Amino acid sequence: MTEHAEPTAFAFDAESEAKITSILAKYPAGKQASAVLPLLDLAQRQMGRLTGSAWIPRVAMDTIAARLDMAPIRVYEVATFYFMFNMQPVGKYHLQLCTTTPCWLRGSDDVVATCRKVTGIKGWKETSADGLFTMTEVECVGACVNAPILQVNDDFFEDMDAESTEKLLEALKRGEYPKPGSVKGRQTSAPEGGPTTLTTLNFPAAE
Amino acid sequence: MLSDADRIFTNLYGIGDPGLTGARARGDWDGTKAIIERGRDAIIEEMKGSGLRGRGGAGFPTGLKWSFMPKTEGKLPHYLVVNADESEPGTCKDRDILRHDPHKLVEGCFIASFAMGAHAAYIYVRGEFYNEAVALQQAIDEAYEAGLIGKNACGTGWDFDCYVHRGAGAYICGEETALIESLEGKKGMPRLKPPFPAAMGLYGCPTTVNNVESIAVAPTILRRGASWFTGLGRPNNAGTKLFCISGHVNKPCNVEEELGIPLRELIEKYAGGVRGGWDNLLAVIPGGASVPLLNKATCDTMLMDFDSLRAVKSGLGTAAVIVMDKSTDVIKAIARLSQFYKHESCGQCTPCREGTGWMMRVMNRMVQGRATIEEIDTLEQVTRQIEGHTICALGDAAAWPIQGLIKNFRPVMEERIRAYKAGRSMPLAAE
Repeated sequence: MTEHAEPTAFAFDAESEAKITSILAKYPAGKQASAVLPLLDLAQRQMGRLTGSAWIPRVAMDTIAARLDMAPIRVYEVATFYFMFNMQPVGKYHLQLCTTTPCWLRGSDDVVATCRKVTGIKGWKETSADGLFTMTEVECVGACVNAPILQVNDDFFEDMDAESTEKLLEALKRGEYPKPGSVKGRQTSAPEGGPTTLTTLNFPAAE
Repeated sequence: MLSDADRIFTNLYGIGDPGLTGARARGDWDGTKAIIERGRDAIIEEMKGSGLRGRGGAGFPTGLKWSFMPKTEGKLPHYLVVNADESEPGTCKDRDILRHDPHKLVEGCFIASFAMGAHAAYIYVRGEFYNEAVALQQAIDEAYEAGLIGKNACGTGWDFDCYVHRGAGAYICGEETALIESLEGKKGMPRLKPPFPAAMGLYGCPTTVNNVESIAVAPTILRRGASWFTGLGRPNNAGTKLFCISGHVNKPCNVEEELGIPLRELIEKYAGGVRGGWDNLLAVIPGGASVPLLNKATCDTMLMDFDSLRAVKSGLGTAAVIVMDKSTDVIKAIARLSQFYKHESCGQCTPCREGTGWMMRVMNRMVQGRATIEEIDTLEQVTRQIEGHTICALGDAAAWPIQGLIKNFRPVMEERIRAYKAGRSMPLAAE
């Protein structure tokens, strides 16, 4: 953990408030604590939207606790239990590198090394000097037939190697955001070269 | 070979329109009302008759599970909870259902909920599947708009609501009681059973937790009949299954095939074969990270179904096939899984909390060979001390890969230790 400044105030803005209404409607009366994960996620997204760094300051957890009528400690323990909540500021692009066995077998070490080279980041959970990138080692993200995976914020970039990783990061540096999915141009989880099943069916195509 | 006409997930790769129009063209939401009109008992009997076994890993009969719910609604509401917290390393099948065939799941949720007397279903989607959760929500919105769910769903008189709930990055929430805890807004720590969720689950109410694939195949089974489903696969291992083939194959992919397909055929026909050919195969993890690996000799004749894999002391698990060729440092491959379980242990039970860290540290030394031969036995004994001594199966899941390694590759581990002692350089790891 690096030292960071904690803001002294947090309030959900209008965009978030609109979402809170529909989130709370999902759960029975008196069971509003169920909304703690969605609200923590919402706070993190709002921070990302407004400050460029998607993380959850302590005051945001306190706001959520008051909102859901929970003891603050219950919110803290949930926030620190789940890996996707960032308890300290992160870069604009949160690089989440899967290194679990299926990705490792397909060369995730190369993706990690290339990320380190291009961003200059040395350790996990560290942010680059320009504030653009944070590197986090994550466990299996669940896209193993498209391994290795580099998750950037919400999006999976799939079938990565050193070259495509460098290309992606350079594009992000230029302010571009390439299309997520297989960088080899595969049709999602179909084998490279095109599907070998479901070829005799004729249904309306995706837009 | 399974023909396309017998495949359930006809939009597996997302080539077709995942929306309601596309789904209807593929046969979803066809005659749903008539299925509901058969009544609760008839639906459950048909599901039992189909022999469908849960697709999330344990392989428990789905129809039987549904029948455990109270027959009549008491004071407490009933809930269906769908486990879309797909996190077992190697597994990425539910992702394709969520993003490409979400209406199969939504329709399945309605039918299953009706069959167990539930008016609400929560679909717990792992947090990392943000885009998949968005796609699923779109399908739910479409279904509401078309009157397929909501008040008087499909004109059946049954009210049904369907909600998406996103997780936030915790493998343990794939365990059904941890998932319920998480859904209630707590840390994902498994509960002791009994009471089982069917008696006391979400908010203390009768609840059934099913895997995405188990629920998504139900409407097709009910439309085509139990005998169609049992006509596929092998006895006690009925039907089709989504397989995920990853690792050292030429063309990794997801594919739907019959249970009982030979492993070799699965890999060679669909995944372009093992890199460097079948004889370059070292080992396969056949059902996601938690199940013991198979050596090549076993792979040669292995059939991919619950009972065949159980017979060789492994498991079908989620049917996530992780292939390793001869360039693999197999000790490192398993050590990385030990790191995974150490990271994902919820910390509640001492054998798991302390044991996963201990096993990871010893496994990391085994990778280097910085150990004694006797420590292999100690390691094996410790896995036995963890297995079966924890509230949930994560302790077992952490133990089994190491047991599989020692059983099949003990000579490799011993050789590594001797090489380290002799000061020789290590064999090169896989890329």
